[in-house]
Amino acid sequence: MHVGLTQVLILSALLFCIGLYGILVKRNLFAILMCIEIMLNAVNINFAAFNYFLPMPDLSGQVMMIFSITVAAAEVAVGLAIIFKIYHDFKTVNIDKINNMKG
Amino acid sequence: MADTMASIIFYILAIIIVVAAWGIIYCKNLVHSALSMTLCFIAIAGLYALMQADFLAAVQIMIYAGTVVILIALGIMMTRRISMDRTNMPERRYMIWTALITGGLFTCLGIIFIEYPLASVNVKPEGNTVDAIAQLLLGKYMLSFEIAAVLLLAAMIGAVVLAKGADE
Repeated sequence: MHVGLTQVLILSALLFCIGLYGILVKRNLFAILMCIEIMLNAVNINFAAFNYFLPMPDLSGQVMMIFSITVAAAEVAVGLAIIFKIYHDFKTVNIDKINNMKG
Repeated sequence: MADTMASIIFYILAIIIVVAAWGIIYCKNLVHSALSMTLCFIAIAGLYALMQADFLAAVQIMIYAGTVVILIALGIMMTRRISMDRTNMPERRYMIWTALITGGLFTCLGIIFIEYPLASVNVKPEGNTVDAIAQLLLGKYMLSFEIAAVLLLAAMIGAVVLAKGADE
């Protein structure tokens, strides 16, 4: 079967929906961080597919992917630091138990 | 991806990606989820290589499958108790509604992508993408490049300050 833009877009939509399901259903902060990474990767697949299948004059899509990966790396670093701080203060990483402010 | 070989590789990679991504959600153990995420990212790197983005495939393996997974696994090790069993349980209350919402979203997106396909032409780019990316990155997107560098510096300082505490 011929693989075109549609198949890649459907794959990326499926990956995005799996990540969204995980974010909404999981209670652990690390699991939520992992699901955010899946969603970002789905977006990156879209960038690569558009750059490959659409008549682009240059590789701007891949440059956008580099910026997206940069922001994702920064997000993981800051997110893990926030999780460590939360664990230091609350002794848990379950988001249902983190419910008092100025604790 | 006109020839049959590329199509077969695409479908194999797609199956690996979806199964590994589902494994992240399904595994009851957080460390198994992190390992499943590695498999998912490496399969996505294969997909990039299939779509003529060879530099991005290398970047994906280095940054995602290397650094991000190791950071998250290290974080799991540092904040958890002795037994890793049942550390990654889904919340039963929200499962049905969430499945309905995400299933509906996927159905809508699938209908849109199938009913209104974009014109898909295969332009064959040159073999080596690194030169073209470097030209773009240090020419047309120079300002964005510098801003990304500042963002990384700010994230590094912010992560150190947040994790260690500014007053210590």
